[in-house]
Amino acid sequence: MDSLFVLIPAALALGLCGLAAFLWALRNGQFDDPDGSAGRILFDDE
Amino acid sequence: MIGAAILLRPVAQSAAPNLACAHCGAPLPEGATERFCCAGCASANAIISAAGLGSFYERLERSRGHRPELLDTDFVVHARMVGTAEAELDLLLDGLDCAACVWLIESLLARNRNVRHARVNLSTRRLSLRWRGTVQDANAYAGLVAALGFRLAPYRIVAANAQDDRATRELLRCMAVAGFAAANVMLLSVAIWSGSDGSMGDATRTLFHWLSAAIALPAIVYAGQPFFRSAFNALKAGHTNMDVPISIGVILASVISLHETTVGQSHAYFDSAITLLFFLLFGRYLDRRARGRARQAVSNLLALSGGTARVLGPDGTTVSRRADQLCVGDVLVVAAGDRLAADGGVIEGSSALDAALVNGESVPVAVEPGSKVFAGMINVGAPIRVRVSAVGERTLLSEIIRLVEAGERGRARFVALADRVARSYAPIVHATALLTFLGWYFLGGVPWDRALLIATSVLIITCPCALALAVPVVHVVASSRLLRAGVLVLRPTALERLASVDHVVLDKTGTVTIGRPELVGGSEDADALRVAAGIAASSRHPLAQALVRASPAVAVAEGTVEHPGGGLQHGNVRLGSARFCSIESSPDDGRSELWLTRPDCRPVRFTFSDRLRRDAVDVVHELTADGLEVELLSGDRRGAVQRVAAIIGVRWQAELSPAGKAQSVADLRNSGKRVLMIGDGLNDAPSLASASASMSPATAVEATQNVADAVFQGVSLMPVVEALRVARRADRLARQNLAIALLYNLVAVPLAIFGYVTPLIAALAMSCSSLLVIGNALRLGTFRQPKSTAETR
Repeated sequence: MDSLFVLIPAALALGLCGLAAFLWALRNGQFDDPDGSAGRILFDDE
Repeated sequence: MIGAAILLRPVAQSAAPNLACAHCGAPLPEGATERFCCAGCASANAIISAAGLGSFYERLERSRGHRPELLDTDFVVHARMVGTAEAELDLLLDGLDCAACVWLIESLLARNRNVRHARVNLSTRRLSLRWRGTVQDANAYAGLVAALGFRLAPYRIVAANAQDDRATRELLRCMAVAGFAAANVMLLSVAIWSGSDGSMGDATRTLFHWLSAAIALPAIVYAGQPFFRSAFNALKAGHTNMDVPISIGVILASVISLHETTVGQSHAYFDSAITLLFFLLFGRYLDRRARGRARQAVSNLLALSGGTARVLGPDGTTVSRRADQLCVGDVLVVAAGDRLAADGGVIEGSSALDAALVNGESVPVAVEPGSKVFAGMINVGAPIRVRVSAVGERTLLSEIIRLVEAGERGRARFVALADRVARSYAPIVHATALLTFLGWYFLGGVPWDRALLIATSVLIITCPCALALAVPVVHVVASSRLLRAGVLVLRPTALERLASVDHVVLDKTGTVTIGRPELVGGSEDADALRVAAGIAASSRHPLAQALVRASPAVAVAEGTVEHPGGGLQHGNVRLGSARFCSIESSPDDGRSELWLTRPDCRPVRFTFSDRLRRDAVDVVHELTADGLEVELLSGDRRGAVQRVAAIIGVRWQAELSPAGKAQSVADLRNSGKRVLMIGDGLNDAPSLASASASMSPATAVEATQNVADAVFQGVSLMPVVEALRVARRADRLARQNLAIALLYNLVAVPLAIFGYVTPLIAALAMSCSSLLVIGNALRLGTFRQPKSTAETR
């Protein structure tokens, strides 16, 4: 039972981190060009 | 890469690699010593190699570079200053096939130390560019990209588009929040369900319920907004839509679950409520994305066809000005091949104007000083000067737009299938829930909150999850299938209206025919054709372009001089009008012509005329076989229309004005027919708007494409048949889905009414019916294509 008080907040915190990361990425325009981003990583910046 | 597939131009494939241009891959003439087909390709290759970016060619996936075209737009007017030392420009690129092109453009621009920022978006085909310097440098940067073989147009951020983007982002944000909440609440719910045999104590269960509430309620308030807003607006306007039962169900489930939690009971439906929202948001996001992508593709095509007008200044020089900044009285210099940007009168020069897109006439009209000309006409002869007589509201275009608006008001009455079902379904569901509540409270003698709980479970089990997914999922699958076939579905109810069509009205010029001149006579002399095509390759004149299309594998003749209004000269070989080539007796058969004169050779006459689309006859045949009536309405002259109608075998009317066409379509509709109108010209726009459903080829003018329900691409007409078949099939599947959803309700509702539905059963039933509906919709992707469509693409 005691483990719940640690595990549930931990699970929620992790989930919130994921959500925050997604919203950050969305605001940052990372979902604006799914086609381009997919290919861009294949090329060196050079 | 769907976006790329749309704009991908067919590139000639060569059998032997050493016979293909090293840049664009076009086949080289036999015995060629150069590695390139033209000077443009050679210089593109030189630019790329000099920058050390030669690996571009290896990185191209399945396409080749494109043959560079001359830059004819002035981008200085589209650039803007940022601060005092930097300027910015947004460009729309055509010819972007894969990430290698993105890499090439970005790397090349980044080599220039003045460029601060260069980024290409492959999905929207937009190049954002910022550099140190002034707006005057815009053409230099644009020219560099154009020299690589990419076509350019100014990227205009339309207000409607920007709003669309915002709405899509909002949906995505709501979906993220709902997804996070649904996953976490579900984790807690699984624990509660598995402990429902008594292994979980009441205190723990209540704690879990409180936790679920803490996660789900804020998420519902946030992620439910798109539905709540839409439902509220519908109710305010005095009718209901699908979002009304959704909103009522979700809100009631949340409230009653909160009550259950406070009194420590077991029936909390937080998981159902938030999962429902997540599913629905997902469906809605897919739907919007499918349509958004189609709309994007269309607006990109339109931007590439628009340009700037050249205005004659008081000192005799010309300046470029955007079409929307022209004033009455401006004098425009309209070169051969240019499209008129405003209505006006010719004040100098005589020429022929192609009015096919304005009034459907297939033969260019001759104009001389004093003639009235209209925006959208293309100058196919000599340069002329035009004094602008009307802009904005008073142009022919605006007149047509007014007719269009009148037609659209009639169409706005169409109500989507899902909303029609919702209108009759919602009251029944809500009445059932109310009766359940009253029945349990008064007859069953249970406390009010128990009765309300059971009534809510009725609402949740009838929750239109499957019902709300039934139609959108089918539409998404159908739209993406049509997208692959080259049909862009632009309007939400287009498929439903297409499905009910029983009468097809075709426009002639540009719809049944290709709408541009094609070589019909003179090609038997292969040698002459090769010489002529080589000379013609350096001109943008439509007839010259037709010659090049007729003989694509010919090297450009270097050193060709263009005599505006006359023709082309290469050494002492001449290609042009009869007068230019000193031909005295030219046969007058009403066809456009070009003469080729060479020393010591008989003059050769090339004739051109508008040609039927290759599969026009087949398409009419298929349409008739599908039980549709087909008819031809045209603004062109009787003879031309009759000829085409006889070939494809349909009834016809000719010499119709735009209003006359719209009237004919309206008459057909009044006689009970459901009319599909297919047209491309400005003169077709009003009739497209007054038809039950409408389609345009991608070559149509902007105003017309904006009216059409769907736009089809390519030289084939077969996508029309494909669109109608997919629409009919989609309609059947949507009805099946609705039937499945209703059948499920018939089974589940009695269980709910008698109070047997626990949160676990509700969650299972909801997921199963949704999966069933989605699975049924996916069948649409698998049915056989009409064979001819596959062949002609």
